Amino acid sequence: MMLLLAVAYNTLVVLTGVSLLGACAGVVGCFAVLRRRSLTGDALAHAALPGLCLAYLIVGQREREPMLFAALATGLLGIALIAALRRWTRVKEDAAIGVVLSFFGVGVVLLSVIQGLPGGARAGLQSYNLGQTAGLTREDVAFIGGLALLTVLVVLVLYKEFKLITFDQGFARVQGWPALRLDLALMGLIALVVVLGLPAVGVLLVAALLIVPAAAARFWTQRLWLMLMLSAGFGTVACFSGTVLSNDWDLPPGPCIVLVGAAIFLFSVAVPPHRGLVGRILARRRCQRDLAYGTLLNTLFDLSEPFLPVRPALPRDELAQRRSWPPATLQRLLRRGVVLGHVDVNHQGVMLTRAGLLEAAQVTQGRRLWAQFLQDHPESAQGMVSFDAASLDTLVPQAILAELQNRLRSAGRLPLALVGAEDKA
Amino acid sequence: MIVDVQPSSSAAARTAPVQTSPILDIHDVTVAYQRKPVLWDIDLVLDQPCLAGIVGPNGAGKSTLIKAVLGLVPLASGEVRIFGKPVAEQRRRIGYVPQRESIDWDFPVSVLDVVLMGTYGELGWFRRPGAKQRVWARQCLEKLGLQDLEHQQIGQLSGGQQQRTFLARALAQKADIYFMDEPLAGVDAATERIIFNLLRELRDQGNTVVVVHHDLRTVPTYFDHVVLLNVRLVASGPVATVFSQENLKKTYGARLSLLEAAAEAVRERSS
Amino acid sequence: MILLAFTHADIDAALWTIAVGLVCNLSCALLGCFLVLRRMSLVGDAISHAVLPGIALAVLFTGQITSTYILLGAMIFGMLTAFLSESLNAFAGVSEDASLGIVFTSFFALGVILISKVFAHTDLDPGCVFLGNLEMVPLDKVDWLGMWIPRAFPTMLLGLVLTAGFISLFWKELKLSSLDPALAAAMGFSPRLVHYLLIALVAGVVVASFEAVGSILVIPLLIVPAATAHLLCDRLAWMLAWSALLSITCTVLGYVLASRWLLNVNVGGMMASVALAQFFLAVLFAPRHGIVAKVLRTLWLSLRIASEDILARLYRLEEKGTEAPTLTESNPWITRVALGQLRRRGWIRYQDGSWALTSSGRQPAASIVRAHRLWEAFLGEHFELPLDHLHAAAERMEHYLDPGLQSELAQALLEPQRDPHGKSIPPS
Repeated sequence: MMLLLAVAYNTLVVLTGVSLLGACAGVVGCFAVLRRRSLTGDALAHAALPGLCLAYLIVGQREREPMLFAALATGLLGIALIAALRRWTRVKEDAAIGVVLSFFGVGVVLLSVIQGLPGGARAGLQSYNLGQTAGLTREDVAFIGGLALLTVLVVLVLYKEFKLITFDQGFARVQGWPALRLDLALMGLIALVVVLGLPAVGVLLVAALLIVPAAAARFWTQRLWLMLMLSAGFGTVACFSGTVLSNDWDLPPGPCIVLVGAAIFLFSVAVPPHRGLVGRILARRRCQRDLAYGTLLNTLFDLSEPFLPVRPALPRDELAQRRSWPPATLQRLLRRGVVLGHVDVNHQGVMLTRAGLLEAAQVTQGRRLWAQFLQDHPESAQGMVSFDAASLDTLVPQAILAELQNRLRSAGRLPLALVGAEDKA
Repeated sequence: MIVDVQPSSSAAARTAPVQTSPILDIHDVTVAYQRKPVLWDIDLVLDQPCLAGIVGPNGAGKSTLIKAVLGLVPLASGEVRIFGKPVAEQRRRIGYVPQRESIDWDFPVSVLDVVLMGTYGELGWFRRPGAKQRVWARQCLEKLGLQDLEHQQIGQLSGGQQQRTFLARALAQKADIYFMDEPLAGVDAATERIIFNLLRELRDQGNTVVVVHHDLRTVPTYFDHVVLLNVRLVASGPVATVFSQENLKKTYGARLSLLEAAAEAVRERSS
Repeated sequence: MILLAFTHADIDAALWTIAVGLVCNLSCALLGCFLVLRRMSLVGDAISHAVLPGIALAVLFTGQITSTYILLGAMIFGMLTAFLSESLNAFAGVSEDASLGIVFTSFFALGVILISKVFAHTDLDPGCVFLGNLEMVPLDKVDWLGMWIPRAFPTMLLGLVLTAGFISLFWKELKLSSLDPALAAAMGFSPRLVHYLLIALVAGVVVASFEAVGSILVIPLLIVPAATAHLLCDRLAWMLAWSALLSITCTVLGYVLASRWLLNVNVGGMMASVALAQFFLAVLFAPRHGIVAKVLRTLWLSLRIASEDILARLYRLEEKGTEAPTLTESNPWITRVALGQLRRRGWIRYQDGSWALTSSGRQPAASIVRAHRLWEAFLGEHFELPLDHLHAAAERMEHYLDPGLQSELAQALLEPQRDPHGKSIPPS
């Protein structure tokens, strides 16, 4: 009975620890990912190994504080090195990160030295490769808890500063914020998360803790505070479930945590309606289709315009030549037009239906108004111009819109006026 | 991402049979990014060898036009023909000078190496440049006054020398039509003159040179054909007729004081 | 006495270990050059981690530790990694580094789990997949064409041959698409094809190196010799040569240092450490691109400028007839060194409480002042700048106008006698 309780308690301790770690990593990771420093965490983790080993060699046994400290030191040294190499040599950032990753090799050498020492094999430093959550003690968890608190505090206090340097570093510097110092603070936090995550998840996978929850959260929201909370949540879930699974299935914990995280990521990629991958691809395809169809209607209107109000039958060749559509594309567009009731196709050619004429007039009007806007106000138009007629109302000031419409009307080129449907617009 | 373009299936036959193909035939080209047009319904034909400048405000799609012609960005609609054939079949006849910004100047190549790259097209896959290519590359270097720098690594050159190197590379391509994206960006006055003398020489030899240009003031001096672009094609034609205040206003908007200077320049030159 | 401890078997094992290490590391070093130049170092890192599932699956299906299926599995996962991360970046808008990080850590995690399951049934240590076991390699010999060679050797040799062949065949395509992919695409040399071939080859080489150095230590041997070579030369061919040379030294030295006769540590780790040492030596001492060289060049330039400023100052004071008891330029240290240098050259002397030009020093001093005043004249005439703007510009330019340029300027300005301030221009 007591054993059971003890086991349960131990598990509780471990689970609390990893969950807190996951939350921390999620929060800090958001900033890392947004500032394109995702792989710096990986470099940090790899550079930490020599520190851990050195601490062990100096102290003589596995003690938390010195090892933590040393890991932090060598990790931050690695980060400083990347910056120094980038600044003073022709070594590019990715190669610099690669160099720092290579510090792991030094760590491996030291590890083999340690294993040669008496008692070295029991030091369990090997566990740093893939993590060993079971080894988490109450003190470890307390440490992690302290870190979590620190992280939350720092992020709360410096929230708007971090937000600023994340989204607009140039502006921040101009405004006088010490961007460099904030950057260092961020790096420091990342380093702490990495170093504290090492025992749990291992060197090889701690980078994933920083990247995956944050990247997943990004798909759900654009707002920073929400992203931070989601990311913390995802990190917690990943760490918790991963640890439980690794226990149940007797697998190393690091990979399990990472795979749970990956599953969450995949879910986030696919599902969210607007930002998810499937949604995006569908939206993109819909865009392209609408664009092509709009062009068809536009062309039909242009060709029919001289004959209005009679709706002429236009030969397909003329249509194809006008827009150099391959036959298959034209066929597909016409079929859509028939299905939507905008177009009639017979042996004489292609003809707009009455409903089709109205629709074509609207599309054409939108495009002509945008073109006119582009011509009359070239300096403001560029970012705004769209194929979408509806965006005219939202983006262009009413007065200017009225002016453009008048322009077209007096030139006899306002489609809705030509079809006598202006009031209905 | 760079996309390898597919040769477009032959378009429906044009009603009027064309005697000689135009040098450059851009028909109904639209490039869109989601719902926003970057280039919209561009119809442009060049049928005589000329020195053509493409001008327009920032974001007007000038670089995109060149990339669209070369098949480096996907077209939402339209097609491009060069000497009557799809671009993919004419790569040997096209020379390209991309924008300089993305080059890594620490890359371990010499000036001669870079110019030799211009000959790669004629060599095709796997063949290495030989003595003949080297001789030709050296001639191109000499044309641009770079013969003493042939062994320098490209990072050791000044901005003007770097630009001239890339022009020498374009020259080495032995093309019939050249596309250059802002060849004069960040270049001193002397280099600018050298470059344009070369471009004029190319035109005089019967080639066509299409240049994205950023300085309105020098358009009347340098170019004989101008393309005014602002997402849509505003105008295209000989400088004397097309480079007018009205057209400039339509391209840039009324507030540009440079318009006055440019229009003045046109007036001076035509009078 | 130590020599007697080497038996024939020891030497044989040593040589084979070095041979295997050399073959692996050479392939890595050569391919690594292109990874570094194409800023794909981290892609290389990702691939070295992400091939693990491919290996595990191959071992699972074939039941063998080394086979061609492993190579195939690795190549597939390598290309998949690149493809997925590029897709995430392009279609889902995830930043490049994050895409890479997500894909490779996930694959690696998957691989670790598969490996631990696979190796659970064998008595092999999963750690060897990560860290390699180079010393074991020569002990596992098979008969190959009548010779006893390590079982892994032919695969690794194949990797090297393919690498060399690829680089040789695609030499100009690699060069062009690495420097200027836009032009490569415009010319019809598909940069995409070259990209994926490179990745496939990297994946293959990485996995062939597994037995030697393990997956984790491949990344140092891919990137670090190449990055070091980049600091040492300015031609691609030389960069490859240097990279190869450096990897050979770090293999041999790494092995020797790590062997049980010396430090007795992990061989792969030692090789990586030697590579790092070489890198840092190059960062500091590379003849043209090293930090020491750059600092020395800057110092030398500052010294020259300071000397010339001193000469020019003395010349002007002489013109005015003023004495020069002390001279302080912007930096007192450099001034002192400059004064010493000028004195040693015999161009200036200190007597009667002030500095002065000697007869041999007057000519160089006049040349500086001539350059300065000619430049002022040039600026004044061609750019119509106000008088007070001329001096600062000329202060800077005077150090760079050698006599040749000076006479060109003089000719262009029709041999002026006076500068815009009215001071006379010293003759050449």
